[in-house]
Amino acid sequence: MNCDEAQVLLHGYMDGELDVANALDFERHLNGCPPCQNAYQTQGRLRSAIKSEATYFSAPAQLRERIRSALPRPAPTKQAPQRSFWIWPSFAAALAASVLLTALLTLRLAEPADETRLAQDVIGGHVRSLMVDHLSDVASTDQHTVKPWFNGKLDFSPPVVDLSAQGFPLAGGRLDFLDGRPVAALVYRHRQHVINVFVWPAETSREAAARELSKQGYHVVHWQAAGMKFWAVSDLNATELAEFAKLLSARLH
Amino acid sequence: MVSDASKASEFERVAMPHLDAAYNLARWLTRNNHDAQDIVQEAYLRAFRFFDGFRGDDARAWLMAIVRNTCYSWLQQRRASPLAYDAEDTAEAIDGSATMERTDDDPAALLAHRDERQALARALEAVPLEFREILILRELEELSYKQIAAIADIPIGTVMSRLARGRKMLAETIKRMTQGATK
Repeated sequence: MNCDEAQVLLHGYMDGELDVANALDFERHLNGCPPCQNAYQTQGRLRSAIKSEATYFSAPAQLRERIRSALPRPAPTKQAPQRSFWIWPSFAAALAASVLLTALLTLRLAEPADETRLAQDVIGGHVRSLMVDHLSDVASTDQHTVKPWFNGKLDFSPPVVDLSAQGFPLAGGRLDFLDGRPVAALVYRHRQHVINVFVWPAETSREAAARELSKQGYHVVHWQAAGMKFWAVSDLNATELAEFAKLLSARLH
Repeated sequence: MVSDASKASEFERVAMPHLDAAYNLARWLTRNNHDAQDIVQEAYLRAFRFFDGFRGDDARAWLMAIVRNTCYSWLQQRRASPLAYDAEDTAEAIDGSATMERTDDDPAALLAHRDERQALARALEAVPLEFREILILRELEELSYKQIAAIADIPIGTVMSRLARGRKMLAETIKRMTQGATK
């Protein structure tokens, strides 16, 4: 072992992180090498100085509160009184009826409820990206930079198109989490407005026409094409956002 | 299905005890209080979104990795306009903690102690980011090389060599500073 090696291993030794063989080798070198003994003592002193004197910054109380209030609050417990309005002659009939009722309700409610929940999440993702000033992990106006950035970060490759000629320049991309999975978020700009487009693979390859929603002053357009789901969200007005969606999906084919 | 609210309370139970560690890391990496707070908040919201995928038993290391990554993307975005390094902010924070801990000491000792802390903090803040983070994780969080390797996404051997270089840089900086002061 030479001194260069020893002066690195010294740290593992001091931190109790060396295996027995390396520790013995190091001790053997240390015993016969005054310069390394010197270094060992200096580092030991430095280490105890840091431990006792380096400031440990504790989190300010308001940070705790800020995070707490940004997390979903416990909702007021939903009152769902399971009172039966029906008196059926037999339990079997009641059961059959409730199964039928559940099936009907599920059929009627499933789609809009899912859509509303997802729209809420999409808007949440959009607001967070602006609030914490974290729009993009890869900031680039070049689709050939943004697209490869997602390689290895996602199990799919999102289509990235540039619409700057149409007035919607690409600003970058980042990872987000929606619908229970990591998704690609593409960031476009239009004048002073930011458009987040969330993209992830669809379960089916069928195409779905664009649907528009508005909530809390944000507009959302979502559609399905080229085997992917697209959810675009912005504070841009509904007409221009729809126009953007149309331009984007035209370029996917 | 777990509701958002019960997910949130479970998340708070797991993540909130590590808030000081998260803030301390972000504070040392960014070197200013304001950015550190924003970063930790963002990192915690990210962690919450990925909380379903957290299966490990080392919540602290998991959170620290997210805080670190958030710091890096933050710093990257600001490369054009470097983070405001706020020496006054650090001095104030250190004053606060030094005074709190040493209320019964005589003023002279307090002053010397404060100077020592300030000098060490300045030296530590001058160590380049990739070495500084390893020093903080090791000396202040007392994490193992293995945990640090996982957080910083580097091999264990690299943890040791970065510690070696980081500690060396720190020792040299302190030496330069004390020589400068006695001149």
